[in-house]
Amino acid sequence: MDNIAGKRSSLTWAVHISVLFLVLLWLLPTFGLLVSSFRTGDQISTSGWWRSMTTQETQLSPIRIAGEERAEGDLFVIDGNLFANAATTVSAWGTSSREPEAYAPGEVADLGDGQSLTVTGDGDFKLSSPATTEGTRLPRVFATAATPPEFTLKNYDTVLFNASAGQSIGKAFLNTMTVAIPATLIPILVAAFAAYALAWMEFPGRALLVATVVGLLVVPLQLALIPLLQLHNAIGIGKGYLGIWLAHTGFGLPLAIYLLRNYMVGLPRDIIENARVDGATEFQIFIKIILPLSFPALASFSIFQFLWTWNDLLVALVFLGTGDDQLVLTGSLVNLLGSRGGDWEILATSAFVSIAVPLLVFFAMQKYLVRGLLAGSVK
Amino acid sequence: MNPAFQALITIVIGVGGCVGYFYASNLFLDKVLYPPSGPNAGRNINRANIIRPWLFLFPAMLALGVYLAYPVVATAWLSFHQQRAGGVEEFVGLANYQQMISESKFWESMRNNMLWLIVVPALSTMFGLLVATLTDRIWWGSIAKSLIFMPMAISFVGASVIWKLIYDARPIEQDQIGMLNALYLWFGGTEPQTWLTIPLWNSLFLMIVLVWIQAGFAMVILSAALRSIPEETIEAAIIDGANPFQIFFKIKVPQIMGTIVVVWTTITIVVLKVFDIVLAMTNGQWETQVLANYMFDKLFRANDWGVGSASAMVIMLLVMPILVWNVYNARKEMR
Repeated sequence: MDNIAGKRSSLTWAVHISVLFLVLLWLLPTFGLLVSSFRTGDQISTSGWWRSMTTQETQLSPIRIAGEERAEGDLFVIDGNLFANAATTVSAWGTSSREPEAYAPGEVADLGDGQSLTVTGDGDFKLSSPATTEGTRLPRVFATAATPPEFTLKNYDTVLFNASAGQSIGKAFLNTMTVAIPATLIPILVAAFAAYALAWMEFPGRALLVATVVGLLVVPLQLALIPLLQLHNAIGIGKGYLGIWLAHTGFGLPLAIYLLRNYMVGLPRDIIENARVDGATEFQIFIKIILPLSFPALASFSIFQFLWTWNDLLVALVFLGTGDDQLVLTGSLVNLLGSRGGDWEILATSAFVSIAVPLLVFFAMQKYLVRGLLAGSVK
Repeated sequence: MNPAFQALITIVIGVGGCVGYFYASNLFLDKVLYPPSGPNAGRNINRANIIRPWLFLFPAMLALGVYLAYPVVATAWLSFHQQRAGGVEEFVGLANYQQMISESKFWESMRNNMLWLIVVPALSTMFGLLVATLTDRIWWGSIAKSLIFMPMAISFVGASVIWKLIYDARPIEQDQIGMLNALYLWFGGTEPQTWLTIPLWNSLFLMIVLVWIQAGFAMVILSAALRSIPEETIEAAIIDGANPFQIFFKIKVPQIMGTIVVVWTTITIVVLKVFDIVLAMTNGQWETQVLANYMFDKLFRANDWGVGSASAMVIMLLVMPILVWNVYNARKEMR
């Protein structure tokens, strides 16, 4: 559009930069959590995730020297390595808490009484003393260590397979699947038949019914909770999977009918009229012509309903119960936020497990999602 | 029984039952009740065609009736009743509503909801429009749009965890692990803030989570609307010497005003139902309560169904204008 007038807008660079800025702004929160889910709890709580790619300089807690003493000439010597983790390197060290960075690696510290201590860059230390150090308190080393970037899959292992995480996210994952898949599939057919009737059959009251569906589209489901719970209890369903499947079916129907009707109305009239003339029954027309042609709309709705049921918290809390073995992912996350709000490695990893499936669906089926959104709102 | 197995059976019964119902009922209509043959063939076909739509509609209408229409009436009824010992519901008139409006938490929720209603749709639509406009002119626009659209797939609870990490606060001696505090200190802040406990500001921080999720939705719809603007109107404006800003505000925006209103109202409805974010991040503490969470508190923590239902009716009342407007538009379209 800009080159119509013969000049590319001079603002192009500004556009590139501002879009990049907005994309980063939108992406960074999720990315931060993703990075955090691969770090150990210690790393998360001592430095921001944005510093996980660089080497970390941290002041370690004091390490008391320990080891076998041996004689070397007329000196008594203890040597060894300060760290268990070989990747850690010392960037500065000291022997008192007042001056923790007094010496560079390799320097020799004079501890008095002829004792001397040296710590090299890779954590090797050597304490030499003219008299035996047996029975005395050995000096402490205050080291500033540089730890290279380190990522781990351990969090995912803990969260998914190790039930000692309190609530098992693996179990919650299966529960969520159990809720979402039937709740996505069952409304489709019910809605498709109704949508066909509303789109292509003539009967009194059709306009009124369409208007009702549009109205029900925005009814807050908060209103439905108590009456439906009472109803479920009265007819013996109680709290459980059957109840939540029925509830999700009911709540998803207005959108399903609305989307599918809008799509079916747009199908070419000729095909349907021809089939009628050729003697096809309405049932045959629906199964053999309408349903295959409506595939894009069916796909759109399935994605909406799947994302909605997977991500839902309220309906699951009310209709499924809150026992540990009934919790869905969103419910477990809320509990974790309450009980282990500081354990970011557990939280971040659990959150990512719960986000992964919707994100996969989203990126795989984005085309249908966008199409469905447009059909639902622009008309 | 294993729930996964139960799920499989339910799918089979649900889908199979649907197909079976539709097939059998149509067969019954065509073969037994009004067969299109014999002496009354013509009359029978007509009769069958009068009944058939209702066969197609029946399951959906039943589900809609039981799961959406009936609860609205039942909630209204509950809001005028109080549960007495032994599960007896006693009519108490407006007492529930009176009790509700005497609670400061309710007014706090109302105030916050009004703020949410203004801030979230406005910011979401604004960012959506901005991104839609900007990405239209660059080659990697569709990638950018896809990434900004992505939060749509993330649950409110997942988003709450994501943003809680950003708002995290550590004592001043330690390294900050929350981005907001890190930035705040870097720009010269003196003391790390616990953002979610500062009244009014914390509501804003919760709103940002929803804006982050909804901006992608606004962007997708508005981007389609922008592309459907006739090229000629823009060409004409360029020839007349309009600058990009004039083209945007005087040519493009007026032409997509209808879509902007649709986006705005859709997000408004989402806002009215917002519950998960507040529950997960603050649970209504530090003056962040909103109506939907207030209602949840009343229903399932205080077990006060009367006041809970009354507050649900308030949400319904707030949705009502949009409902009426939508129905009005749908009817206009049908004609």
